[in-house]
Amino acid sequence: MDNSALVLTLSSILLASTPLIIAVCGEILTERSGIVNLSLDGTMLMAAMTGFVIAFESNNVWIGFLAAALVGSFFAFIVAFGSIRLRQSQFAIGFVLTLLGDDLSAFLGQNYTRIPGPVVKHYAIPILKDIPIIGPIFFDQDPLVYFAFILVGVTSFWLFRTQPGLRLRSAGERPEAGFARGVNINLQRYLYTVIGGALVGIAGASYSLNIKIGWAEGSTRGFGWIALAIVIFGGWSPVRGMLGALLFGATKALATYLQRTYPEVSVVAFNAIPWVLMILVLLLVGSDFTERMILIAPKSIQRPLQRILRIAPPAALGSSFIED
Amino acid sequence: MRSGQWVRWIWPAVPIVAALLVTSILLFLFGAAPFEAFQAMYEGAFGDQSKTLSVIAFWIPLLLSSTGLLITFRAGLWNIGIEGQIVMGSIAASWVALSLEAPSAVLITLEILAAMVGGALWAALAAVLKTRGGVHEIFGGLALNSIAIIFTNYLISGPWQPPEGGTFRGTAPFQAGALLPLYANSRFSPLSLVLAVIAFVLVVIALRGTFWGLKLKAIGKNLRSAFLLGVSSEREMILAMMVCGALAGLGGGVRVLSWFDSLRQSISGGIGFLALLVVMLANYNMFLVPLIAFFFSAVLNGSITLQLRTQLHSSLGGILTELMVLFVLLFGDAVKLGISREKDEDGQ
Repeated sequence: MDNSALVLTLSSILLASTPLIIAVCGEILTERSGIVNLSLDGTMLMAAMTGFVIAFESNNVWIGFLAAALVGSFFAFIVAFGSIRLRQSQFAIGFVLTLLGDDLSAFLGQNYTRIPGPVVKHYAIPILKDIPIIGPIFFDQDPLVYFAFILVGVTSFWLFRTQPGLRLRSAGERPEAGFARGVNINLQRYLYTVIGGALVGIAGASYSLNIKIGWAEGSTRGFGWIALAIVIFGGWSPVRGMLGALLFGATKALATYLQRTYPEVSVVAFNAIPWVLMILVLLLVGSDFTERMILIAPKSIQRPLQRILRIAPPAALGSSFIED
Repeated sequence: MRSGQWVRWIWPAVPIVAALLVTSILLFLFGAAPFEAFQAMYEGAFGDQSKTLSVIAFWIPLLLSSTGLLITFRAGLWNIGIEGQIVMGSIAASWVALSLEAPSAVLITLEILAAMVGGALWAALAAVLKTRGGVHEIFGGLALNSIAIIFTNYLISGPWQPPEGGTFRGTAPFQAGALLPLYANSRFSPLSLVLAVIAFVLVVIALRGTFWGLKLKAIGKNLRSAFLLGVSSEREMILAMMVCGALAGLGGGVRVLSWFDSLRQSISGGIGFLALLVVMLANYNMFLVPLIAFFFSAVLNGSITLQLRTQLHSSLGGILTELMVLFVLLFGDAVKLGISREKDEDGQ
């Protein structure tokens, strides 16, 4: 593989991982505040459909993205409202919304399948794009790629370096303590579930308007679940989540590459790679075996290993908070 | 309190009516008359004998899967992997049907056993990943679902492809002796109905009348206290998942041996996820499960006729059922909503 082919592969991995990075950042904000929005897969399908249809009718991709973000926030709001106000199971509501989004997108989008529509225009950043190798990979991309990377930085900074981020995390980790310090826990949860949902919506629309252009029934099916798994693998940290999304994108590229190199192996076998990988990475961060392996390692690297491999969800994730 | 009583009686109908209303609006937006559309759905489900038998034939694997889920939900487990367990059951049954030659009765017995073992083992994998590997059953189950479906595609395009070449649609039809005896030229096998009813009765007895059922309830309500009381949570969880997997696998077996006559690409047809909805809607009332499952089967079968008549996408049936579950989840509990207060006084 020569230089230009490598550059091309890497930049395509980057582009293909972009929606996952955006969705993962959104879900991390939501889960850090203590709510699990399980509906990602259905939300992304609805957002992909809505984004495409609205962009097609208005002939403007950005209006499409806006509509997709609204749909995403609406689905997320149902989860938040159902769990906070109505005190029902977040998992149950999220799961039903997953299926509903799937069927609803198929029904509402039935007259818009497999037709060409507007797409996001490529935008190379002047000067930076001329840096050898790095330039073409990172700065000769579609605007969404830049958005995703800025988003990772902003989310990470917001969560770990700002006062509002601290309040957000208090809602997910120790809601009682946060409440005692005057944080309106449920307001935080509403706010970040809806913001997270908007980002998931944008992620869905980036498929239909940029990556798998157009709409077809079930076109983004599966990606929402993968994003949810990456949130766990990424230990609820945006930077690690981004790495997880890139890893997943790389695996997909690898599968395509292997398929071409070994045509005698059944095509379908390679499709299993991402799912096997999903189980393996969740095992890596979750199992007791990892814990024991860390304890065998030399003392000096035990702590860093622990920090990398042992991750715990926000302590109050999925629990309800009742003020009194 | 008279008026509160009244509201509580009428309340369960409200989410159902709301779901019908939203679906009607959707139909209206797409230029179909809602009443005629629902009529088409009804005729598609019960219009003639063969349609009704189809509804029953689709209902049976759904009932089997829902019955299994009663157990895992009781233990507090989210067995989303049920879809894969159905698929593995159908693969195991197909394996027996394709590779053995025996008298029909022996063959069918072996197929049914294989289907149950196949589903149970796939469920055990998800369970062990959870108890030993720390992989949440939702994610382990989802990954295993996809892997099972990919495995099916591999089988029907590779080792088990029909002699005239792989078409990606399915295997060649099984030998006649391998298929379940069918009632009057339909897809309905009376034997599978008997098995489903037995399974349902046994599970209800196990959950309501045995110590095991009580242990599962303890695990589901509070894992830590159950553990402190000496309930081996790991063993019971794995067992619960395996029983559920066995029933789902049996459902998968019924799909290949009576609904189809071969292993197909989309063998489950979403029955596993549908079963999750059934059990959620039943909300701990076990006796509602067969009724809801039957209703869902009728809606989904009916929506196929709807598509044929109105050219509207058949996902409408799914939308109707999902909206019902969503609205019942959100607004079904009048007490929690504060519309009826009755329970608050003696409750908390």
